[in-house]
Amino acid sequence: MIAPHDEYEVALELDCRDLPCPMPVIELARHLGDVEVGDLLAVVAHDPAAAVDVPAWCRMKGQVYVGADVTDDGAPRYVVRRVKA
Amino acid sequence: MTAAPTGPGDLDSASSAPLHPAAREVLLAALDRGYADPRRLHRAGREARLLLDNAREATADALGVRPDEVTFTPSGTHAVHLGLVGLVRGSRRGDGVVHSAVEHSAVRHAVAWGARSLEVGVMGDGRVHDGDLVENAVSPGTGVVALQTANHEVGTLQDVGGFELPNDVPLFTDACASMGRLPLPDGWAAAAGSAHKWGGPAGVGVLLVRKRARWRNPFPGDDRVDERSTGFENVPAVLAAAAALQAVVAERDEVNVRQHELVEVVRRRVAAEVPDVEVVGDPVRRLPHLVTFSCLYVDGEALVTELERRGFGIASGSACTASTLTPSHVLEAMGVLTHGNVRLSFQRDTTRADVDAFCDALPGVVAEIRSRVGL
Repeated sequence: MIAPHDEYEVALELDCRDLPCPMPVIELARHLGDVEVGDLLAVVAHDPAAAVDVPAWCRMKGQVYVGADVTDDGAPRYVVRRVKA
Repeated sequence: MTAAPTGPGDLDSASSAPLHPAAREVLLAALDRGYADPRRLHRAGREARLLLDNAREATADALGVRPDEVTFTPSGTHAVHLGLVGLVRGSRRGDGVVHSAVEHSAVRHAVAWGARSLEVGVMGDGRVHDGDLVENAVSPGTGVVALQTANHEVGTLQDVGGFELPNDVPLFTDACASMGRLPLPDGWAAAAGSAHKWGGPAGVGVLLVRKRARWRNPFPGDDRVDERSTGFENVPAVLAAAAALQAVVAERDEVNVRQHELVEVVRRRVAAEVPDVEVVGDPVRRLPHLVTFSCLYVDGEALVTELERRGFGIASGSACTASTLTPSHVLEAMGVLTHGNVRLSFQRDTTRADVDAFCDALPGVVAEIRSRVGL
C-alpha cells in the first residue's frame, strides 16, 4: 500500500533513485548498521524490482518491512525497521 | 554433422530442448516424403496426408486424447492464443477470463487482446489461491478460466481439474511447460503445448480442444484438413514432434525419477552452500526437471555471464538484464526475491556429475559477484 509522504519518521533515507536493480537492496544492506535497532531506514528507488525485493530482503534477513510511500518528487520510498543486528 | 552443439552445461531445456534422438531420423525421412500438400489427391499429396494423420494419431495416443481433438499450430504461443480466445468466443456468459497471476506471457497477451482480465493471486510457492479462483469463476461475466498445468519459471504444479467450476465455464490449461513430461490433468476444455520444449522441432505447437467444448475460431478460418488450423502444415516437423513426444512419454517414468533427484540435489546443495539464497517454488508438487533460486545482492545478468564463462547455460527471471528492466511477473506475484535469479532445467541426459559441477562452481561465482560491491 502506498501511504502519503512523511507517514513514517525515518532515521535515515537512502537516495537510490537512479540506481538499477539490485543496487537499492545492496545500499540497504550496507547502511542497515547506520541506524539503531528499533529505528526506521528508508530507500528511495525508481527500480521496479525494489517493490518486491525490499520486502523479500526483510524476510530473508529477519528485519521488518514497514511499507511504502512516495517522496515529494513522486519516487517510491520503501521503509524498513531494523529489529536486529 | 550430427555432433551435438551443446554440452552438458546446457541447463536450459525449459527454454528449448535439443532435438530428441528419436525425432532425428523421422524428421530427415519426412523431409523427403512429406513435402506435398496433404489435401491433394495425387500420390505425393496422399503420402503427406498419411504422415500428417500418423502424427495426429501418435500425438493423441501419447496424450490420451482423441485424434480429432488435436490441432497442430505454428507455435505453442499460437496454440495458447487460438485455444484460449476460441473458448472466450464460444462462451455464452461473457468475455471475462479468470487466470492466475503467474500465467505465461502468451496467456496474458491473449487475454489482453481478446478478453477481459480477472487476475487471481498466488501463494509464496506459486500455487493459485483456489478460493479466489472459484469465487471469480462463478461471478457473472466470467467466460473462461485459464490455469497453467505447471509454472514455466518455478516449476510449481497447479491443481488443474481439482476446482469446482460452473458447468458453463470452460477451463483452458497452458500445458507448454509439462506436456510429454507429465500426464495431462483432467477437467480442461482446451489445452496447449509446444514441441521444442519436449525435444521436438521448433515451429510446432499442439492445440487440444475437447470434442464437446464450445470453441469458435477467433481468427480468419482456412480450408485445411483440420478446421481449426491455419496455413500449410509443416508435415515433417509435426511428424518429428510426434515421434519425440512418444519417446518422451515412453521414457518419462525413468527420466522423471532421475531428474526429480537432481532437483533435490540442487535444492539441498544451493541452500547449504550459498549464503543468503532463496530456493523458490513448491518443493514436492513440481515439474521434475526444473529448479529456481535467487541470490541476494547479485545482478542477474552478471550471474548469467559468469556462469556461461564457466560453461553453464542458464536462464534468469531477473530484471537488469539487457532485454528487460522489469522483473519476472511470476517472481513478483509470488513475492520472492527477483534479482540474482537462476532457473535450471535439465536435459534428458543431464547427469549427477553435471549437476555437481554446477553446484561446485556456483558459490565461488556468487561470492565473486558480491565482492564487486563489497558484500
